[in-house]
Order: sequence, then structure tokens, then C-alpha cells
Amino acid sequence: MSGEATGSGPVNDGVTDTASTDTPKTLFDKLWAAHLVRQESDDTPAVLFIDLHLVHEVTSPQGFDTLRARGIPVRRPDLTLATLDHSTPTTPPDARGERHYYTDQARRQVEQLESNCAEFGVRLEGWDSAQRGVVHVMGPEIGATQPGMTVVCGDSHTATHGAFGALAFGIGTTEVGYVLATQCLLQRKPKAMRITVEGELGPGVGAKDLILHIINTIGVNGGTGHVIEYAGPAIEALSMEQRMTVCNMSIEAGARAGMIAPDEKTIEYLRGRPLCPQGEAFDTAAAHWLTLRSDAHARFDREVHIDASRIGPTLTWGIDPGMSVPIGTAVPEGGAAGTDRALAYMGLDGGQAIAGHPVDIVFVGSCTNGRITDLREVASVLQGREVASHTRMLVVPGSEAVRRQAEEEGLHDVFLSAGAEWREPGCSMCLAMNGDLVPSGKTAVSTSNRNFEGRQGPGSRTHLASPLTAAACAVAGRVVDPRDYLGGSPLGGKPSGHDPGGHTPAGDSSRGNSPRGASPQGESPQGDSPREAA
Amino acid sequence: MDAFTTLTGKVLVLPEENIDTDQIIPGRFLTVTSFDGIGDHAFADWRYDGDGQPIHDCVLNDPRAAQSPVLVAGRNFGCGSSREHAPRALLGFGFRVVISSEIADIFRNNSQNVGLLPVVLDEAVHRELMAMDGTELTVDLEACVVITPDGQRHGFDIDGFARYCLLNGMDRLDFLLAQDDAITTYEQGQRGTP
Repeated sequence: MSGEATGSGPVNDGVTDTASTDTPKTLFDKLWAAHLVRQESDDTPAVLFIDLHLVHEVTSPQGFDTLRARGIPVRRPDLTLATLDHSTPTTPPDARGERHYYTDQARRQVEQLESNCAEFGVRLEGWDSAQRGVVHVMGPEIGATQPGMTVVCGDSHTATHGAFGALAFGIGTTEVGYVLATQCLLQRKPKAMRITVEGELGPGVGAKDLILHIINTIGVNGGTGHVIEYAGPAIEALSMEQRMTVCNMSIEAGARAGMIAPDEKTIEYLRGRPLCPQGEAFDTAAAHWLTLRSDAHARFDREVHIDASRIGPTLTWGIDPGMSVPIGTAVPEGGAAGTDRALAYMGLDGGQAIAGHPVDIVFVGSCTNGRITDLREVASVLQGREVASHTRMLVVPGSEAVRRQAEEEGLHDVFLSAGAEWREPGCSMCLAMNGDLVPSGKTAVSTSNRNFEGRQGPGSRTHLASPLTAAACAVAGRVVDPRDYLGGSPLGGKPSGHDPGGHTPAGDSSRGNSPRGASPQGESPQGDSPREAA
Repeated sequence: MDAFTTLTGKVLVLPEENIDTDQIIPGRFLTVTSFDGIGDHAFADWRYDGDGQPIHDCVLNDPRAAQSPVLVAGRNFGCGSSREHAPRALLGFGFRVVISSEIADIFRNNSQNVGLLPVVLDEAVHRELMAMDGTELTVDLEACVVITPDGQRHGFDIDGFARYCLLNGMDRLDFLLAQDDAITTYEQGQRGTP
């Protein structure tokens, strides 16, 4: 991962093409086999070599303590990369340069990682780094994540890196200590599941809607014990950022990991990233990366087929990521214990339409949807519009690089003009560790990954949604279908009484006044959105 | 890690399905740098109201909860984040065993690593145990059985290595460190890969 490590060979994943010699293998099989330091047996799990260990302040302190207690070094600091993201304030430092942490304990946790990295020689993208960011945004951005690698992090959303054809596991703190000490993980081989997504996602429907639909389809435990490979034309059509959104939420279906075979988009995303091989070495690596795919007749333990064309903008209504509905429909009737509990917690009546439900807070950010393409989508909706007066909107870039890029493109001006807050990078309101929280009883539409009770603060009510949906809900101050808000304000300036923002009840038939009316269905309403241009 | 062989103790039932790790230990308690005392915050938002006052009808605030080492919970227990703080908090609270019909992968793995025994039983047996709040169960890891007060024995599966480590209180790091030669050989092979 450091210059030395990548310099030791352009391709360090060790995966060789076995298709011609063996029984057909899945991509997962190939990566697994290539990283076996020791095979599993009845008595012991496999010992798996880890190519990239990502570290953050929350799940690492006790891991470093283990090393200290035993007097052992970090085995491969060159394959270890740390950042600050979870406990960090997203407000800028004050005039004296002081950062205002939520608690002294949060500050101590960050300082602990700083001193651990210094003591053990681990590279830290800290406060002074122009690359610092949410660990799963930063890793791919700087090219640390590469196809064929095994990646671990003390964080369940590590599956994000699978978007590059890597095998990426979330691990606990004890295991963080193990990987620091030995660069290896003990693991029984999970089963393989393939989710094939046919067809095309419609205009205004994105990766977030797709993964929410998938989790709703297979259940929050549907992936338990499995590594999911996402495949099919609708997956191939996704950008790398969108693929990361899909893989990111694999854990919300209980899966150990999620992955997508590398293709030309993967290669183009990685070309020139600082930690990737450069020049000729990159081309050699890329040629190898493109061989990393499941063989034609590889056997999966479970196969699921999804039709993308049937998916609409989707929003969670309940208290786990599987409890979602298309925005134009109603939440379930009560009756079952779990449903009743969820409805009561969320302040919803069984059977009510989800559209029109008032929204107090909108959060855009996180390792799921805090990338530049997400912010461009949000800006495309907010352009020339305002956040509803009763709604607070927070936009938190996933990394310093995302922040810089957004500011270069002037997206921050769009957010600020619309009345949203533009913050510094971090995990922020996704898990509300740093003081960015949703007050008790308040309803949030959030581009993050979990809507568990209290996730965004005690008593918080979270609806997970795509960046487009979140932005449209912010403008309307209630749950709305983002397809009515595509392509910016039709007036190109301040919203008027004709703008749907906060004025037109959701589901109202007066769409002639809406941007959708101005942009007939059938042609791509996102045609002039930056996402399409990207 | 403390060894786990056999335990006889009272059951506390939490019937909710999909109890996630944010319920077990809310995010705001993750800013710690040590696991000491984390059990005080187990299920904090279930046990305490917004003013920090105990919620009296929460079963976890019943004095018997602290005397119940066996947690029987609804399906898909421990889903969500990889925070090891979750099994650590349960241990700190006084649980040694968690039983469900399904336990999330990372949570199960973390539990085994820290000495909390995760037991998965089939749905019919699980349903039976869900009705046994307050009764005494024996959980025997040597024999891999759960024994109910009427003497019924319900077998459970657990990974052999996890069982060995739990029975002996063995830290898996010792096993991994003993693989040093194999790891070195692997690393040398990697460096040569074209």
C-alpha cells in the first residue's frame, strides 16, 4: 500500500487464473484461495492473508493495547492505513485552531490513534492530511483499495471495497489486534450468493434504491453466512461510486461481504490514484484485474434475481434497513409485533402513505452516500431551490478530497444558498458519535445505512433514502418522489409558489407545475445532471 | 478471555427480533479506549429515558436481570455493526451465553473472541426457550447441549475451533502467532508474483 509495497510487484493479490485448469470458480473462491496462508480443517479455520488493513479511532485502541501488552510490533505497517472519521467534529476549528469535540473522551480517542500510529509506525491520514476521510470513502479514493485484494477494517461497512472486486470483511477489535500483529485473519469460508440484477434502473432511481430493494427482498438476515457477488447488466451500468453504495450495504442484509467483478470502469477509476501502480505497471496490473471474475459455470450456494426496471425511489419506513417501501406506496398495516413496534417508534400509522410525511432533518453523507457523485445529485435538486423552512439539512462530504472537489465545482454554494449546512468530512450523523445528532422524536431522511432505533441519536426516527430523494425531501419538507425534482428548478432562480418545494402536497396531481412536467417522462430527466456527465 | 465450560443459571428473555448492535450498545458509548465498565451502558436506551432515569418496566432493569447469565433473544440477534463493544457490554452486564434461532455473523465471531458463548438452536427449541423467562438452564459446552429444568437436552452446533478456544480460555492470537513461518512463506511468495 505504501510506495514500497506496491513497488514490490504491480499485482500483489496473488490471484492467478484457474479457469482453464479446474472446476469453475466464483470470484470469491479465487480470492479466497489466493490468500490462504493455511487451509481450514475440521479443527481450525483458514488463516487468510490480508492485503490492506484500514484502521480508525473507534475500533482500534484495544487492538494496539494487545500489541503493547505482548511487546510485539505491527507486522506490516506498509499494509496498514489509518484515518480519523467517527469521533471527529464536522465543524471547523475555531479562530485559535481548536477543534471542538463532542466530549473529552472523543478527543482522547482521536489522540490515542494519533499516538498509536506514531508509536507503531502506521501511516495516519490525520487532521493535517489532505486525504483524510471516512475510511471507506478514502481507501478507494487514494487507490489503496485494488481489485483482488483482501481488505479488513474494524467496521461492518468494509464491504464497500468489494465494489473493486476485493474481498472485504468487517471485523471486531480483537481481530484488529490479530491483524495488526500477524496480518492474518482466522475465518471459516462463507458460502457464495449471487444477486443478478437484470434490466435498467429508471430515471431518478439509483444504487441506494436498488440496495434498499434488495435488502427488502432477501431480508436483513438474507445474506447471513454468505459473500454476495452482485452481477448483471444493471450492476455493470453503475458507476464505481454507485457500486460502492451497493456493496456498502451488504452487511444490512447480514452478508459477510459484497463484491462486484472489476471491469473497464474499475480500471478507469483507479488509473492515476496515488497508491495504485503507475505507468506500465498499472497496465500490467489492470490486465490481471480484468481476469478477476466468476467463471461461466461457477456454482453459487444461492442465486437471487432482481428486475431493476421494477424498482422505484425507495425509502425505509421502519427500524431496520429491510423495512422499506417505494415512495408512492403505503407503509404496512400493523398487526405483527415487529411491525407494530416499528410503526410506533417511527410515529406512523399502519397503512398510511409514506409520501407527505413531514421531515425535520435531512442528512447527506456517510460511507454509503458521501461521495462527489452523491453531492452532485443533491446539488442538481437544490439548484435554484431552498430547503423547507421547518427542515434542517446537513451535507457532510465523505472526505477532504470530496470536499475540495465539491467546492471547486461550486456545489457548496448551491447547498449554502439553499439553506443547508456544509460541514467538514466525517461519519457525522450516520451514527451520531460526534455530536451531530437527530433530536429525540424528530424525523430524519438520511443517505446513511442504518435506521435502527436511536442510531442517529436517542429517540431519532430515520428514513434511509438516496441522495436524490434526500434532497427532494429537504426542499419539500416532507417525503416526496424525487422524480418530481429532477434537473433543477424550472425557473432557474428562487423558487416561486409554483415550485413544489413545501407547497405542493406530495401525490398532488398538479404536476404541470413541477419540473417533471417541464421535462416529459421518457427522455432522461437526468440528462443535464452532473452524474450523467461524470 | 475467561474459559467457558458449563454454566447453570437463570434465563432472561428479550423476545424482539433483529436486536441490533446499536440497541446493545448505542454509538455514543463507543468513544472509549478501554472496554472497562462498558457493561454499564448495555441496552442504555432501553434501560434509561432521555433524562437518564431508569425505565421501570424495562425487564433489563429488573434486579433479576443482573442475576441471569443466559440471554434468550429473538431471531437474528446482534445484526448491524461490527462493534465488539456489543458482546463486551453483554459480558459486562453479566451475560455469559446468548441463545437465539439466528445470530448475526460478525457478532457471533466477536462473541466467541471475547468469551460470550453464542448458541443457535432450531426454531422449535428456540420458541420453547422463549417461554422460559426466569427458569434455570444448563449450558454445557463440553457436550454442546442446553438442558432445560425438566431434563430435556437440546444439542447445538458450534465451530470446533471456537469451542476449543472457549473451553480453554485460549486467545486465538497465540494460534496465529504460531503460524509465523507459514505467514512468512506466504509473504515471500507474494513478493515474487508478477
